[in-house]
Amino acid sequence: MTALELNGISKSFKNDEVLSGLSLSAEQGETVVIFGPSGTGKTVLLRLISGIYDPDDGDIRLSGSSVIGIAPERRGVGMAFQNFALYPHMEAAENIASPLQARGGTSAQIAEKVRDIASLLKIDHVLSHRPKELSNGQKQRTALARALVAGPKILLLDDPLRNVDAKLRFEMRLELPRLLREFQSTTLYVTQDYKEAMALGDRIAVLLDGGFAQVATPEDIYRDPVNLEVAKLFGDPTINLIPGRIVAANGGTHADLAGSTIDLGAGYAHAAGREIYAGIRPEAISISQTASEGALPVELIAVTPLNERVVMLLHLADGTEFFASAPEEGAAGSREHGPAFASIDPAALLIFARDSGQRIQPQTSNRQTV
Amino acid sequence: MHHTSTAERILRGFLLTLVLLFFLFPIFWIFLMSFQTNEDILRIPPSLFFTPTLENYIALISGRLSTVAGDLDIAFMRNLWNSVLLSSLSVGVALILGVPAAYAFARFKFRLGENIAFTLLSFRFAPPLLVLLPLSLYFSELGLSDTYLGLVWVYQLIALPLILWIVRGYFEDISPDIENAYRIDGHSWATTFRKIAIPLARPGIAAASLLAFIFCWNNFVFALVLASADKQPVTVGALAFVTASGIQYGQVAAAIVLSVTPTLMLALYAQRYLVEGLSLGAVKG
Repeated sequence: MTALELNGISKSFKNDEVLSGLSLSAEQGETVVIFGPSGTGKTVLLRLISGIYDPDDGDIRLSGSSVIGIAPERRGVGMAFQNFALYPHMEAAENIASPLQARGGTSAQIAEKVRDIASLLKIDHVLSHRPKELSNGQKQRTALARALVAGPKILLLDDPLRNVDAKLRFEMRLELPRLLREFQSTTLYVTQDYKEAMALGDRIAVLLDGGFAQVATPEDIYRDPVNLEVAKLFGDPTINLIPGRIVAANGGTHADLAGSTIDLGAGYAHAAGREIYAGIRPEAISISQTASEGALPVELIAVTPLNERVVMLLHLADGTEFFASAPEEGAAGSREHGPAFASIDPAALLIFARDSGQRIQPQTSNRQTV
Repeated sequence: MHHTSTAERILRGFLLTLVLLFFLFPIFWIFLMSFQTNEDILRIPPSLFFTPTLENYIALISGRLSTVAGDLDIAFMRNLWNSVLLSSLSVGVALILGVPAAYAFARFKFRLGENIAFTLLSFRFAPPLLVLLPLSLYFSELGLSDTYLGLVWVYQLIALPLILWIVRGYFEDISPDIENAYRIDGHSWATTFRKIAIPLARPGIAAASLLAFIFCWNNFVFALVLASADKQPVTVGALAFVTASGIQYGQVAAAIVLSVTPTLMLALYAQRYLVEGLSLGAVKG
C-alpha cells in the first residue's frame, strides 16, 4: 500500500510561494531522500507532513487516509529535527521515552524499549545525561532514537547529520540504511549533501523552485538527469558544461564544442542546429599523452588529489576550462602538465538545450534493442 | 592567560568595599536603630555604642505603642499580614492570567495582538493618582472599596504587565521546535504547554513573580486611597508612627526590618531558579 501520498501540495508564507503543486508517493518501507539546495522548502515539506504547518492547497495521505486538519500528535509520525530539538530539562532517557509515554504503557515496558533502542544507537551509557552534557553526535543519536522508538509508520528526518562532524556523518551514513530497514518505516530524509542522498535513498526527489524536478533512483538521477540544474547538483567536481551546437554532417551529427568536435552518432539528428551545453562528468573523460580517434587536443593545467582520485584542470583549444578525474594510480602517466588528449565516453555525454536547460534525449527509435 | 597585578586587585577590593558601604550602610544603620530607644537615636553626636533594647519590636508585635503623650494602639502585625496577603494573592492572580497570555503573545500572531500587549504595558505609564480618583468612585459604587478583592484587582495594574512582558520574552526564547517535537511525539497542546513551555520558562516566571511581588509589596498609594485601616499594608500602616508627640524612629526602623524580611527571604529562595535557566543548552544554534 502507498504509505505516503502528497497530492498537489502548495504552501506560501506571506507572498512567497515555497511549494507549488507538489506531488509524491512513497511505498511502505521505502526511503525517499528530499534533496535540494537550501531555501527550496525541504524542511517546510516535512513540517507539512508532520502537521506543524497546514498546506494552503492539496492533500496529504498517510496509509491511505487524509491527515489535513489533524493535529500533529494524532498523525503518528516520527520526526528528527536538524537542530535536534531535545528537551533540555529532561534526561536523554526521558527524551527518548516521550513518544512512548504519549502512547501509554507501563513504565517497565517503556524503560525496556528505551534501553533497547539506546543500545542499538550506542547511547546506552549516556541515558541519564541532560542534553547539555551530550556531545553533538550523542544529541543527534538521541533525537534519532526519539523519532524511531515508537516505530512510526512515517519517519521524517530533517537533515539529521548536518550538525555532526565528518567522521560521525560517515558512520551514520553506513548505519542508517540498516536501521531504517529494521524499523520498516517509510522514511523521508532531507539533505543538501548529494553524497548522503545517493547513499541513503531508494529514490531521490530533487526539489527545485517549489516542485520536484525529478524523482528517480540515485543511479538514474546521476546518469540521466532531466535538466541542467539537476545535473549540476550531483557530482564532485561538478559536471563540465561546455557550450556548443549540434551540427548535422555525413548522415550523423556531431557537437561543435569551443573549437573541438565530438561525434554524437545518429541519435541527435532531430536537434541539429540547436545551441547546447554538452554535459560531461569528469570521470567520463580519460586523459592520455597520445592521440587516439575522436580525442580532443587539450592542455593539462593543474592536478589536485581528491581522496583516491585526482582531479585535473584542462583547457580546450580556445581556453574553455573543464575538469577530468581519474583513479590515482591510473592517472600516473597523465600527470605531466602540457598538451594532452581527452577521450570522452559518448554514452556518458549529456546534451542540454542552452536556452531552457532541458535535457535533449537522443532518439532511440532507430536503435531499439530486442 | 589573564593576569591581574596586586595593585589592580587591591584597587578592585577597595572600590567594591566602597560600593557595598554606600548601599548597605543605610540598611545597617536602620538595623542598629531598631534596637535603640528614640533618645539613643536622636543623641548628638550619634554613637555606635548603646544598650540594645527589644522595646521597639515588642511594641510592634504587641500592638501597643508607648509615647510620652500616652499609649497608642497600632495595627502593625495586621498591616504586615495584609501586605503578605495582598502581594501573594495579586502575584498569584497575575500568574494565572499572565503566563498563558504571555504564551499567546509569544507564539501566536493575532489581530491587534501587539496593541493589546502594549495597552497592558501602558498601565505602568499612567500616574496612579490620576486613575485612583475615578476608580475610588466606581469601587464604592460596586462595593469593592475596602475589600481584598478590590485591592487585588487594582494591584493587577502593577503585577500583570510585569509578568506578561517578562515571561513573554522567555517564551519567545524557547525554540518552537522543542514544542513541535513534543507534539509530534504524541502529546496534546495542553500537555506540551505544561511539560515543556512552563518548565523552560520557569526562570523567567520566577524573576517576574519576584519583581511583581516586590512592586506590590512596596505599593503605597493604591491602598492609601482604596482601603481603610484594617485592610492596609505596612507601607500605609507605617504612617501611624508619625505621632502627635513626634516620629517614633525606633519603631519605624523595627517596622522596616520586619517588613523587609519576607521579600528578602523570597528573593533568596527564588535566586536558584533565576540562575538555573541561564545554563540550559536547548538546541544547537
